Amino acid sequence: MNRIDWRARNHPAWWAALVHRVSGILLALFLPAHFWALARAIEGEARLESFLRWTENPLVRLAETVLVILLAAHLAGGLRILALEFLAWRDRQKTAIALSAGASLALGLCYLLNVF
Amino acid sequence: MRDQLLRVSVWRGADEGRLVAYEVPARPSQTVLDVVTYIQRRLDPSLAYRFACRVGMCGSCAMTVNGIARWTCRTHVERVAKNSAIEIRPLANLQVIRDLVTDMTPFFEKWRRAEGRFVPATTPARDFAKVPPASRERRAADAGIECIGCGVCYASCDVVAWDPDYLGPAALNRAWTLVNDVRDGGNSDRLRAVAGDAGCHACHSHQSCALRCPKALDPTASIAGLKRVAARATLRGEL
Repeated sequence: MNRIDWRARNHPAWWAALVHRVSGILLALFLPAHFWALARAIEGEARLESFLRWTENPLVRLAETVLVILLAAHLAGGLRILALEFLAWRDRQKTAIALSAGASLALGLCYLLNVF
Repeated sequence: MRDQLLRVSVWRGADEGRLVAYEVPARPSQTVLDVVTYIQRRLDPSLAYRFACRVGMCGSCAMTVNGIARWTCRTHVERVAKNSAIEIRPLANLQVIRDLVTDMTPFFEKWRRAEGRFVPATTPARDFAKVPPASRERRAADAGIECIGCGVCYASCDVVAWDPDYLGPAALNRAWTLVNDVRDGGNSDRLRAVAGDAGCHACHSHQSCALRCPKALDPTASIAGLKRVAARATLRGEL
C-alpha cells in the first residue's frame, strides 16, 4: 500500500491542523513546569519571590511569549474547528485559518510589548 | 513543443516495486492519461493502468501525480509537470494490484457499510415525490451528489491512513446525501452505521479531501453535517 506523499499535505488546512496539534502537545508538556512554579508559593513567600524575579530574565520573557502564542494558536484553532463543524460553515476556510493565525500572533505581540 | 521530451517515472510492480523512467514526447493539451497511454502503447505494453471514459465521468483513472492524487484524464501535463518531469504512482491508502492499478474493493465496501444505498420510504411509491429545488435538504444533497467514486479523496485522507476501518470521505459524503434525501427511509440504520468509531466522528477536518476532489465537492462539510445530525440524535436518545 502506498503512503500519502508529503507533497499532498502542503496546504493551509493541513498546516493549521498540525499547528493545533503540536501547540496542544507543547502546552501539555508545559503544565508540569507551571504546577512546579505554583508549588513554590506553598514553600514560602521568599521562594516564590526569587523565582518570579528569575522570570524577569529577557530570555524567560521570550519563552513566555512563545507560550502565549501557543495558547492563543490552540484556542483560535479550536474555535475554528468548532465553527467549521457546528456552524455548517463551508466556504472561506482559508480566511478562518488566516484569522486564527493572525489573532494568535497579535496576542503574542501584545504580550511581548507588555513585558518589555 | 513537438521536439520536447517529458521525463516520466512510473511505478512498476505491486506494493513492492520501483519507479521506471520513460521519455514521452510533449504535445499541446496533453493529459497525464495521454502520457500513460503513450507509454503503454508505444514503449511498454506490459504497463497496467485503468481508464474508461477519458472525459471525467467514470472515475476510474485516478493516480498519484507528482505526489498528489488526481483524475489523470482531466489533468493537463502543463499544469503539473516540474521541469518537464512527472512522477506517476498508484493511489495511496489502497493495495496495489499491479503498476498503477489499485484494489478499490475496500473503498466501495465502505459505501455499503455506510448504508450508502437508497432505501425507499414508501413501497410501492404512490406518487412522484415532490422535492422543492430550493429546500434546505435538496440543496444539501445537491452539494454532494456529483461524486464519481474516483477515490481521490480516500487516497488523500490522513485518517484513512491511520485507521484502515475508517469509512472515508466518499462513503460518508454519500451517506450525507441520503440523510438529506426526503424520499429515503433508512436513516436510523444509516446514522448508526456512520456514528461509530470508524465513522464521521473520526474525521480530523484536515480538508485534504475537499481540496483534492476533482468535482470540487466538500466531503469535510458533509462529514461535519453527519457529526451534527449524529450529535442531535444522541441527545434525543435515538442513537
